[in-house]
Parts: sequence; C-alpha cells; structure tokens
Amino acid sequence: MKKLIGKKIGMTQIFLDDGRSIPVTLIEAGPCVVTQIKTREKDGYDAIQLGFGEIREDRLNSPERGHLLSKGLPPLRHLSEVRVDDPGAFELGQEIRVDIFRKGDHADIGGISKGKGFSGVVKRHGFGGGPGSHGAHFHRAPGSIGACATPSRVFKGKRMPGRMGHESVTALNLEIVDVKPERNLLLVKGSVPGPKGGILYIRESYKSHGKQKKKTGVVEM
Amino acid sequence: MQKTDSVEAEYLRDDLPEFRPGDTVKVHLRVVEGNRERIQVFQGIVIRRQGGGLRETFTVRKTSFGVGVERTFPLHSPMISKIEVVSQGDVRRAKLYYLREKVGKAAKVKERRAR
Repeated sequence: MKKLIGKKIGMTQIFLDDGRSIPVTLIEAGPCVVTQIKTREKDGYDAIQLGFGEIREDRLNSPERGHLLSKGLPPLRHLSEVRVDDPGAFELGQEIRVDIFRKGDHADIGGISKGKGFSGVVKRHGFGGGPGSHGAHFHRAPGSIGACATPSRVFKGKRMPGRMGHESVTALNLEIVDVKPERNLLLVKGSVPGPKGGILYIRESYKSHGKQKKKTGVVEM
Repeated sequence: MQKTDSVEAEYLRDDLPEFRPGDTVKVHLRVVEGNRERIQVFQGIVIRRQGGGLRETFTVRKTSFGVGVERTFPLHSPMISKIEVVSQGDVRRAKLYYLREKVGKAAKVKERRAR
C-alpha cells in the first residue's frame, strides 16, 4: 500500500491536449521519513510509520522526542501509519518521495474538512426548506421532528441543526493528473477535503488497489 | 505570488499578441471533426477581458447575418492556434456591453492612432 502525508496548496485549472480544461488540486506530498517499522512478530501486524513536516525541536513533547530523536530521526510534525506487505524492505530514516505515484494512478485523499460552525438543516443535511416568498412563513426550519403521543419522544439520530464540518473526510478514487518529483508536487483532478495548508493523507485508492491485487496476485509498495 | 502560479506558468501561452477591449481580432480556432482538424476563424470586436492567470477569458462580438454573436474563449486554451489583431480601437471603458444595444454604424468602435 502506498501512502504519503502532504499539504494542500490550492486549486487551479489546467488544459488537456484536446482543449478541455480540468480543475486540479495541488498537493505538496512528502518527502516522508520512515519513523518506525512494525512487524507481525513484534506488533501483531506489518506496517511502517511515516513522518512529515518540519517542527522546532523544543515544540516536541518528551515522548515524541524519545520516539524520534533517540533514533536519530529529525523532529517531525505529523506521524501516520500504513500497512505494508514486507516491512523488511524499509529502513528507519528512509525517505519516501512523491515519485511512488505515477501519472494516471488513482488515489484516496483524506483530511479534516473545513469547519462550517453551527449550521441549520438545509446546509447540514440537505433538507429542502420552504418557499422563499408568496406569503410563506416556512423558510429554512426543520419542520416536524416526529409524531405526538406515539412514540412520545424524538428518535435518536434525528437530523437536526448543529456543528458541521471539521471532521475526517476522504475523497475516493481521485485521478493523479501529474507528478512533479522535483518540487514534491501532486496534481489531482477535482477537490480534496480541508483548507489550504491542511494536512492530507494520500494513499493508493482502495478501488484500483483491489483490482491490481486481483490481476497480479501480488502488491508491491 | 500565489503558490499555484508555478504550475500555471507551464500552461500560460506567451505566443499571443497584446490586445485590449475595443480591438478587432481574428481568432484562429482548431476545430476537430472526427480525426480531421481544420482552422476556423472568428473575427469581431473584443468586448471584455475577464479573469487572471490561466483562467483569463475574452469575449469577441460580431454581427452575423444581422444577428449579434458573442463567443467567449479561454485566452490560454490550446484550441486557439493564433490571434491576429486587425485594428486597435479607441474606447473609454473595459467592458463594452453598450455595443449590444447598438446596431449599424452606432455599433462601431473608433480606431486608435498610435501617438
């Protein structure tokens, strides 16, 4: 399974050869440092831990310092794990760069979505709302939230106004339009969750990953 | 400078002439029909330029068989093979929407002389 940690830079558009313009998101992905190698014998599963982003050494707390600095690794802001088939193929401190992805690959990209604050049901749950005019007094209210004597209560999970956004969201199966290894840049078709500067987790898409597995029987990292 | 500019820069075209609203231009368009490609020319007055960077577009207006026709092109589109400036116009605003209400001689734009 390929994975990188990155930062959203912003969106723009590019032209294809046939003249169509497509929306793309720019992601500064990697370079990520292998910070820990987990094996089946020791940890119960095979995985590597990746680190990304600069941070001042004195901003790390003492467990983080012990985890990174004592192994001779640089101070890193974000850590994330990824399952791999063969953890023996990696070594501590190894750099993983954006060139593990190729143009035309598909990726799942996750991040923390923009917070929308306390939102009503029209925005939060897509309720229809009422007419805007013609004497209507019902505009964006939620309407009835249940019947009266039976069941005499409001069902759990009833969609109501509340805090919206700032949650983990993953956009699935996005096409990688271009890879620029010299600037650690990924160009991805369409939008990804979160604000500019937000942290993103980019992994090989489950959908294409599964297909590849079926076809060849093996999955290389 | 925006961080997206460095990627946009690869797609910006620098082979196009300078032109402004009021100018009369010929836009040579690549038209693909099946697997054949030919050039189509659209000539008219530029009535607006809008947007910036790679997203910039311009609108050309002409009168065809008595009917006003406007087409908006992305300035940096690879489908534009060439832009020719036929004449430069002398206008006092950036968006020439007033031309839409004028017909015949009133819809003309004065020519700009180089000083």
